[in-house]
Amino acid sequence: MSKALLVLSDGTVFEGKSLGSEGETIGEVVFNTSMTGYQEILTDSSYKGQIVTMTYTQIGNYGINTEDIESGGGIKAEGFVIKEACDFPSNWRSSMSLDEYLKKSNITAIQGIDTRALTRHLRNSGAQMGIISANDLKPESLLEKVGRHSGISAYDFVKDVTTKEKYLWKEGCWKWCKVERGQGAYNIVVYDFGVKFNILRNLVEAGFNVNVAPAQTPAEEVLEMNPDGILLSNGPGDPETVTYGIENTKKLVGRKPIFGICLGHQILGLALGGRTYKLKFGHHGGNHPVKDLKTGRVEITSQNHNYCVDINSLKDKVKLTHRNLFDGSEEGMEHVELPIFSVQHHPEAGPGPNDSTHLFTRFRKMMETGKC
Amino acid sequence: MPKRKDIKKILLIGSGPIVIGQACEFDYSGTQACKALREEGYKVVLVNSNPATIMTDPEIADATYIEPLSVEILELIIKKEKPDAILPTMGGQTALNLVVELSEAGILDKHGVELIGAKLLAIKKAEDRELFKEAMRKIGLEVPKSAAITDMKDGLEIVEHIGFPAILRPAFTLGGTGGGIAYNFEEYRELLEKGLKLSPVGQVLVEESAIGWKEYELEVMRDMKDNVVIICSIENFDAMGVHTGDSITVAPAQTLTDKEYQRMRDAAIAVIREIGVDTGGSNIQFAVNPKNGKMVVIEMNPRVSRSSALASKATGFPIAKIAAKLAVGYALDEIKNDITRETPASFEPTIDYVVTKIPRFAFEKFPEADAALTTQMKSVGEAMSIGRTFKESLQKALRSLEIGSAGLEPVEANIDAIKSKLKTPNAERIWYVAQALRQGMGVDEIYEITWIDPWFLNNMKQIVEMEKRIGSGVEELREAKEYGFSDKRIAELTGKTEAEIRKLRRELCIKPVYKLVDTCAAEFEAYTPYLYSTYEKPFYKLNNPNLPPFKVRGGEEGVIDCEANPTDKKKVIILGSGPNRIGQGIEFDYCCVHAVFALKELGYETIMINCNPETVSTDYDTADRLYFEPLTIEDVLGIIELERPEGVIVQFGGQTPLKLAVPLEKEGVKILGTSPDSIDRAEDRKRFKELLHKLDLKQPESGTAMSIEDAVGAADKIGYPVMVRPSYVLGGRAMEIVYDEASLINYMERAVKASPEHPILVDKYLEDAIEVDVDAISDGAEVVIGGVMQHIEEAGVHSGDSACSIPPYSLHPDIVDEIKRQSKALAKELNVIGLMNVQFAVKDKEVFILEVNPRASRTIPYVSKATGVSLAKLAAKTMVGKTLKELGLDKEKEIKHVAVKEAVFPFDRFPGTDVILGPEMKSTGEVMGIDENFGLAYAKAQAASKNKIPTSGRIFISVKDKDKPYTAEIAKKLLNLNFQISATRGTAKYLADNGIAVDVINKVAEGRPHIVDMIKNREVNFIMNTVTGAQAQKDSLSIRRNALQYNIPYTTTVSGANAVVGAIEMLLKKELSIKSIQEYNG
Repeated sequence: MSKALLVLSDGTVFEGKSLGSEGETIGEVVFNTSMTGYQEILTDSSYKGQIVTMTYTQIGNYGINTEDIESGGGIKAEGFVIKEACDFPSNWRSSMSLDEYLKKSNITAIQGIDTRALTRHLRNSGAQMGIISANDLKPESLLEKVGRHSGISAYDFVKDVTTKEKYLWKEGCWKWCKVERGQGAYNIVVYDFGVKFNILRNLVEAGFNVNVAPAQTPAEEVLEMNPDGILLSNGPGDPETVTYGIENTKKLVGRKPIFGICLGHQILGLALGGRTYKLKFGHHGGNHPVKDLKTGRVEITSQNHNYCVDINSLKDKVKLTHRNLFDGSEEGMEHVELPIFSVQHHPEAGPGPNDSTHLFTRFRKMMETGKC
Repeated sequence: MPKRKDIKKILLIGSGPIVIGQACEFDYSGTQACKALREEGYKVVLVNSNPATIMTDPEIADATYIEPLSVEILELIIKKEKPDAILPTMGGQTALNLVVELSEAGILDKHGVELIGAKLLAIKKAEDRELFKEAMRKIGLEVPKSAAITDMKDGLEIVEHIGFPAILRPAFTLGGTGGGIAYNFEEYRELLEKGLKLSPVGQVLVEESAIGWKEYELEVMRDMKDNVVIICSIENFDAMGVHTGDSITVAPAQTLTDKEYQRMRDAAIAVIREIGVDTGGSNIQFAVNPKNGKMVVIEMNPRVSRSSALASKATGFPIAKIAAKLAVGYALDEIKNDITRETPASFEPTIDYVVTKIPRFAFEKFPEADAALTTQMKSVGEAMSIGRTFKESLQKALRSLEIGSAGLEPVEANIDAIKSKLKTPNAERIWYVAQALRQGMGVDEIYEITWIDPWFLNNMKQIVEMEKRIGSGVEELREAKEYGFSDKRIAELTGKTEAEIRKLRRELCIKPVYKLVDTCAAEFEAYTPYLYSTYEKPFYKLNNPNLPPFKVRGGEEGVIDCEANPTDKKKVIILGSGPNRIGQGIEFDYCCVHAVFALKELGYETIMINCNPETVSTDYDTADRLYFEPLTIEDVLGIIELERPEGVIVQFGGQTPLKLAVPLEKEGVKILGTSPDSIDRAEDRKRFKELLHKLDLKQPESGTAMSIEDAVGAADKIGYPVMVRPSYVLGGRAMEIVYDEASLINYMERAVKASPEHPILVDKYLEDAIEVDVDAISDGAEVVIGGVMQHIEEAGVHSGDSACSIPPYSLHPDIVDEIKRQSKALAKELNVIGLMNVQFAVKDKEVFILEVNPRASRTIPYVSKATGVSLAKLAAKTMVGKTLKELGLDKEKEIKHVAVKEAVFPFDRFPGTDVILGPEMKSTGEVMGIDENFGLAYAKAQAASKNKIPTSGRIFISVKDKDKPYTAEIAKKLLNLNFQISATRGTAKYLADNGIAVDVINKVAEGRPHIVDMIKNREVNFIMNTVTGAQAQKDSLSIRRNALQYNIPYTTTVSGANAVVGAIEMLLKKELSIKSIQEYNG
């Protein structure tokens, strides 16, 4: 295996071995603490623009299969950083190795580095831009390239990952997964800001007819479809860059029941007139406890976000419904009058625990009752 | 929810003696629970029969009862202490079974005691096979199909439904005797027929076999608000078919996709809810078909378990402590995570390393036992290791085992021999897997034979392939260290010495770094220094002059991230005792923990190194800093070089650290306390002889032999019987008493193989001598006797296997004084600083010295509990310069009560083994009985070791000729106490000749009905059976095996029989009573 380098924008250099495509890639370096689910993570459109470091050390053990994907068209993350890749996957569903998959999607990755040291560094210094290269092994030159990059904060990644066409989604959850299947069908429109397939699958399980629409679809067009509800999906990047999403959402508020997830939650927050802010190194993992403030129950959640809604900025319009118990950050809200609610975490899991899948049922009930 | 205010006092039940399947992990969990409950202001009453535990230390609970774990004793405690609640989930199966009995006897209701943690119904639903199956069906989970068969006809029909392969388990047979796997109808018919006969209740459980499936475990916690979290997932290296306690296991699960893992997680949550465990931890086992992902639930333990101890150590999440807090009403999110301080306990730990647990076996102690690994647990201990990858963690685990392996050494075997070793799971299988790979067998082929997941096999293949590259360069050496290769193994592979490799590494700056176990994969800052070593890659910062230049490779500069951050406080390293084994168990962990506590009190920073996940010493709460590392010179030196302690304590952890004393001293490390030279003086035969000579003390005549001829010559000179053993062994390994030349030659042929570098020792065996143990403490100037223990069994029975009494119960005071005088002289001459144990034999009023060990002995916790003097703690303080006077210990503590220790054996696990005691230690644990006189204390010790002495009924006596004279007295007393006696012909005749009429019963060979029929019909209440010679032993084996099978108490020595009679007399005189340790020693 040939050498590869990872250089962070603060000049920190990690040397490892090339994995996947032997190229060069730039992105914001973040870490994910999930021990399983690397395939879902790689295909999650929310990672567009980011290089993902896995804190777990042995990645690729169960290979890659055809089912556990969260988006069409292969890997969405810009790069992948791991301690050790497994080239002898062992699982009954595996059809190829991690390395083969990365190569197939033309993704540059690096292995053989101290991912714990990198994680500690990111934890202390915050998420930052980085470059992985198997071509250019001169750290100074790589640092210069990262320095030249404009960064990801001003860039709207949503338009890169959203669907071009409207489509109807039919597939349910993975066959072993047990979710209460809904009675009667409601039509909903999912605004695809980079939607994870597991959201769509869970919606099917919850008894919805699922219409997926491109992120830029005008609100009027959506209203013409006369859906029973709207789901604002997850997606990559800074919510403030998704101006069309915010504008359209403003028009939908008060017209239809709305459920927002992750970026969808942030867009909803901005549409309601609130503000968002960036976390130091984000939440990426599958073990964050989130407390449902109504019931007092704690759910272990799947997390993947760098931005948060400042719910205080929406004081009279919404109330806080969920709180992250790790850092106290605000995780969910519901509108004080309208049938609108949203969460920052990922109730669809994929990867991560299924503790919050009941929120899809709640969405359906909201349609049944017209209330939150 | 805040904690409950309606309960004030909680009774906690311990798990009793260490047995196979229930070891120190319950001391760890029980101690955590006690501390957690008292922290919350509850009064804690503790009962446990095992004195060698931290939990039974008087400071841990408010009232501590070292009493038998029986319904009648528990009722006495409940009556006296009036607890509001019982927490039954911390004491293993023992505690659960006991509360079920208490509850069913109406005792809990009668005294208004509530069960917290798990209620009776939940316990039953988890334990009862049928109820469990029903519960699983209700929540839509599959379990293996099964049925309980009581007759042939039904059995033959039902198997049609269950399918092949089918597992058959005769109910209630010891060690799973008669069980097996049937792959076809014929095998099935045969096994079923045999099983129905063997089962004492005529029942065979037939179960669908998931053999070869992948096995997983999840550790689950639930609180009263119904929040559920998974603490850890574990994947077994060995497939289904090997008990999880005997399997190599790995955390986290490696080969499950997220979808499959989440399905298992959802199932686990559904299980804990359906079974109804209110609060606390549970362990749920699953099997997954590797071909199609089908998942079945195997079983659930509604309590903390061995696996939860492992999961706690593997993740840093203290399951037992949290479980105790949940039991009194807290919710998970109301409890803080100690490690991160900021975040709550309501989360799922995520780890960024691989943990490997590997079991340690003791088959060498039970040569008659079947060494195949099955669904019945046989291992006696385990080691755990942490590495960044499985390869590193596996190789560290192998050297943690301390069985002379430094990694995956080659084994000499041809491919057929290898295949047969692969086919049946066994303790050495992993080395054979490596050998198979080395000899070119493919992963697929090995998988077909072993069902070990290809993922594990491929990782092992990488290790084996690395062996070939290891010597080729610096990069390869570095890579080999990342793979977890030990210096020793690298030395073997490159034809160098371990010291040379160490030197080379130092020159090349290839050094271990230390990472934190932090529950969160570095997402948050961690505050508990719980560390493991690894070899990692460096990183560096461009154009940053502030970073220290650190040459890492080829002259490049950078840093390898090390999180140890040693302090400059005055500090001491305490070396632990490694995995439990027969001869070195919880007693040594107890001593190490006390050393930590003592040095903390003196203001030292304490650093623990150990690799046994079951222990209190490896709780991150115990020492100031914990290194979870193998106890080899390489791993220990790595830490010493980093921490630079004032000294290292080696005398508390048994043989494991003691072996490192000299090598460490050679490296310039200061050994605290008694010098390694003194230790050598006591261990080296020649120097020891000189020492005794100088002090004018006697030892049995002895000789040394390098060959068979030598041995025969020495024995002739000394006179038979002689005791023979290899030098430098602990636990009486390979020690035997031989009565004639033929047996001696036979022994030599076997034993020399056992220990080739060391000579064989031949000692005069003092027949019928009384053995006495002494533990003493010295500060180098003064010596104080800790306790004098008179053994019940005669000298020749390993001291770890004998019962003994403090104070001596029949020795003349002059003899006791002489023993004390000699002990003091020895301690002074050896300049002991710390603890010393001496074994004496008293024959015809003469005192002989058998052995001196200037270190903590197995009996230290027992002596400490009996006398209330914390010897290990005081000893640790003397080792850093305190005098006994300063410590307030100027004379021996006199006690008014009697404490008897009894050993507990694993014979029931090993079909075919005899229960006769000898010089080779076989016990796994111990209990203590404490009362106002010897008889009552002995009776309690027997009851606690599940050998309850009857107070009426029929006693069977069959003794060897030499013992017959003593038997007359015993029989007479028993008849006076209204017992009936049955004896075999020879014994009965001797008794009749002496005017004592008893019933005659046939030996097995003499026709029916015979004694075994009587045992099966439960017509005898106690068995006294002594034998001599191999043939007689073989002839009467069935008596003793059946006594075990049918739970008939027994003794195999006359001295034991005498003690039993004495106990019966006392039991008939006085009602059973209890008293706490605090009351005894208050």
